[in-house]
Amino acid sequence: MSVLVFAEAPQGQFKKAAFEAVTYGRKTADLLGTECHALVLGEAENPAQLGTWGAHKVWHATHDNLNTFDSRSWAAAIAQAAEKTGATVVVMSHTSTGKSVEGRVAIRLGAGSVSGVSRLPTIDGGQFHVVKPVFSGKAYATFEIKTEKKVLSVMGNAVRPETLGSEAPVEALSLDVPAPAVEVVEVKRVEGRVPLPEAEIVVSGGRGLKGPENWGMIEELAEVLGAATACSRPVADMGWRPHHEHVGQTGLAIRPNLYIAIGISGAIQHLAGVNNSKVIVVINKDPEAPFFKAADYGVVGDAFEVVPRLIEAIKRFKAQQN
Amino acid sequence: MKLLVCISKTPDTEAKIQLAADGKSLDTSGMKYIMNPYDEWYALVRALELVEANGGTVTVVNVGPADNDQIIRKALAIGANDAVRINAEPTSAWFVAHQIAAFAKNEGYDIIFCGKETIDYNGSEVPAMLAELLDLPFVSWASKLDMEGDTATIQRDIEGGVEIVKVKTPFVVSAAKGMAEQRIPNMRGIMMAKRKPLKVVEPVPAEDPVAIVQYAMPPAKKGVKLVDPENMDELVRLLHEEAKVI
Ligand SMILES: Cc1cc2nc3c(=O)[nH]c(=O)nc-3n(C[C@H](O)[C@H](O)[C@H](O)COP(=O)(O)OP(=O)(O)OC[C@H]3O[C@@H](n4cnc5c(N)ncnc54)[C@H](O)[C@@H]3O)c2cc1C
Ligand SMILES: Nc1ncnc2c1ncn2[C@@H]1O[C@H](COP(=O)(O)O)[C@@H](O)[C@H]1O
Repeated sequence: MSVLVFAEAPQGQFKKAAFEAVTYGRKTADLLGTECHALVLGEAENPAQLGTWGAHKVWHATHDNLNTFDSRSWAAAIAQAAEKTGATVVVMSHTSTGKSVEGRVAIRLGAGSVSGVSRLPTIDGGQFHVVKPVFSGKAYATFEIKTEKKVLSVMGNAVRPETLGSEAPVEALSLDVPAPAVEVVEVKRVEGRVPLPEAEIVVSGGRGLKGPENWGMIEELAEVLGAATACSRPVADMGWRPHHEHVGQTGLAIRPNLYIAIGISGAIQHLAGVNNSKVIVVINKDPEAPFFKAADYGVVGDAFEVVPRLIEAIKRFKAQQN
Repeated sequence: MKLLVCISKTPDTEAKIQLAADGKSLDTSGMKYIMNPYDEWYALVRALELVEANGGTVTVVNVGPADNDQIIRKALAIGANDAVRINAEPTSAWFVAHQIAAFAKNEGYDIIFCGKETIDYNGSEVPAMLAELLDLPFVSWASKLDMEGDTATIQRDIEGGVEIVKVKTPFVVSAAKGMAEQRIPNMRGIMMAKRKPLKVVEPVPAEDPVAIVQYAMPPAKKGVKLVDPENMDELVRLLHEEAKVI
């Protein structure tokens, strides 16, 4: 019995999502009184570092059929690794990769699964319980997993990566991996920006900004805060901003530490994607905007005056910090 | 082309979620339901566009009770050729995937379309499970899909960008925003839908490996603290000293 964490390394680099999953896995292992092992598939930079975030040991499998991502090949590899290492709980990140393989791994292992969990598991009356937001964050549900084997995917920013150890021993694991059926032709990433799902601070703009030409100040605010940018649905629909920035019930659900909403009214479908943010700041010229009810801090004012002032204030603050 | 679109039912996006007194279930009295937007707006419409261009049929399948016929008829009104309802409460992704797999196994669908997630439990699990049960390739969160012969070129959303992949039929794909434009059913479609076949089949046995045992509402907000729009240094101070987020 052990906990196996599939730690993904897109383009060979571990990201925050992997460290969060490892810390989650370690705390689950502590709860169950067992060891936390990390699984690394394909080439990756320094797998031993996963020990820092809580892995007792790292299994590293390389194979020609793992050189590009294919859900069937990767799920087969993860399920096999779980069987070979005697893992009963498999943990992964709720990312584009995790979402593609989580259900497949559950079927392969005959395991009960819950995707997008937001808190550490608990044992209540002998039952294994996990919690996740449902109805796009309008409520939480506690799931009982009844099977001996369990598969979980962990929502981004649900746990903080914690330093729980040092470098872990890495052991090679040989796996039979079926050939990929999906051929990856190209990967296009927006360079130099924090990806939205991982961002700790998000600056978001709505229709109140009037047009795409006014996004300069949104980007500048994001820049000074080291934040990612997001937008409301009409803004993406009108092509002012790319689709992948659209947050809400029909866009991305995010849970940053700080969400700054500028010129967004706060419709229920928008809130559904952002109401799990730790702190919400709303800047809107209409004091009646519904978003103020969901906000921690509010500024009633014209974004075109307030945002440049806020940028200057943050610059002053950053200058003092240094 | 023979296409299958999996459609699910979900509370309306405007719906207020209320819990029963003991928090063990939802209070669904007066709840309005819709077809899951990803299934309706993107998966179904892209499937229809493909058969309009290449010939073929679009079947929709839903796992659910008789109440769901309403959303199934809507899918037929938008343009699907026929429908199948597997007559059971969709109690878990595992259960639903086993039902659809049992039905689709010997039907020879070229593409099985799903939505990227149902907006109620936000699982994103059914499509991957279905693909595994049918031993098919699977591409998740597809925001573009073009066919050339038996090969699809698909753009899928990944963290901070997109990935372009190629895959041959048969395969399973889950649709995200961008794949198509929403279609509103017209009067003729609604009339025709009444005469289109809707077959009801009974479920196969499949035990739920998970169950929801408790619901809770998110903690209430303390109320908004308003900051003078002239004094953004004060906002920065609050975010640093009080909220500790910068
Ligand atoms: C099924 C369904 C799903 C949906 N899914 C989503 C979703 O996922 N995400 C989403 O965002 N929406 C979604 N919507 C749309 C949602 O209902 C709202 O229409 C949308 O969120 C409104 O966007 P907005 O706040 O940018 O624009 P508006 O509602 O037009 O609000 C603009 C705001 O800007 C303020 N403003 C104007 N000028 C200024 C200024 N100079 N300075 C400061 N403030 C100013 C106004 O007071 C107003 O509050 C969905 C709708 C449906 C029906
Ligand atoms: N009860 C159901 N009947 C048919 N298809 C479903 C059902 N539940 C989910 N699906 C399909 O699976 C997709 C993802 O659902 P989920 O895994 O529940 O997030 C949905 O967008 C549908 O295409």
